[in-house]
Amino acid sequence: MKILKVLPAMVLVTAIGFTSCKPKDADIKASIEKSLKDDPATANVSVMVNEGVATLSGEVKDDATKAASAEKAKAVKGVKDVVNNETLPAPEVAPAPVVVAADDALTSAVKDATKDFSTVTAAVADGVVTLTGTIEKSKLPKLMMALNGLHPKKIDNKLTVK
Amino acid sequence: MALQDKYKPLTDEATASGVTNLSVREQDGVLYIDGTAPTGAVKDALWAKYGEIDPNFAGGDLILNINVAMDAAVTKVKVVTESSNLNIRKGPGTDQPIVGKAAHGETITLVNKSNDQWWLVRTDDGEEGYAYAQYLSAE
Repeated sequence: MKILKVLPAMVLVTAIGFTSCKPKDADIKASIEKSLKDDPATANVSVMVNEGVATLSGEVKDDATKAASAEKAKAVKGVKDVVNNETLPAPEVAPAPVVVAADDALTSAVKDATKDFSTVTAAVADGVVTLTGTIEKSKLPKLMMALNGLHPKKIDNKLTVK
Repeated sequence: MALQDKYKPLTDEATASGVTNLSVREQDGVLYIDGTAPTGAVKDALWAKYGEIDPNFAGGDLILNINVAMDAAVTKVKVVTESSNLNIRKGPGTDQPIVGKAAHGETITLVNKSNDQWWLVRTDDGEEGYAYAQYLSAE
């Protein structure tokens, strides 16, 4: 009957023994952090550990870095699983190409804009407005402001400025 | 990138003076700067800056398209021709027949601005038609 008295104590001792062998969450976290800090690419990753499950978060530069950091975390003793919530930078959005007005629309718009500048001749070809003739310096900005607003590809200003 | 450097004082000033929807794009050797200036004075200052970099605007490497933001509540505009009357036309274009005239300095009613260059206006005499936007200024 003695064995029955001792048994619970043995179970308890065994349990404590196992518990002490298993690394604590805080220790796991510290180990993972140490291993990630060694690489500048993952130095900013945050680590959380709950009952042996490690969660990684933060921004890394690419998928390869993301996968490598999960492998590093898995290799740490006591880690049962890794939840990888690391994010990648948003892709850079290329700016929309410049839209150039069609020649027909541009030609009539240029005609309207240059109507009051009798010494200026304007020609439109493939979106390029070519200006020839003469203009007074004081009137030049006004003409250029108007033409720049018409979505030309380019303004080739060959005006003689007086 | 060289063009962006050349016109950097201009784009810096645009940013500093509150130009919205600012877009700076370089394509085939031409820099395109688009944006909306909060006031006409800001637009003029940007053009003055452009004039400092390229005095006669003869480089052929910049398209500076700056609009001036206008409060939607604005319904009155002033005719800012040099001295002459402003033609009011049946449609948007100088090929359109003239349906009326507004005097230099006169204040007329702005009906809509659906076309950037030609605004639909109405004079106090009730003549309605399109006038060239460059000769109109918000009151």
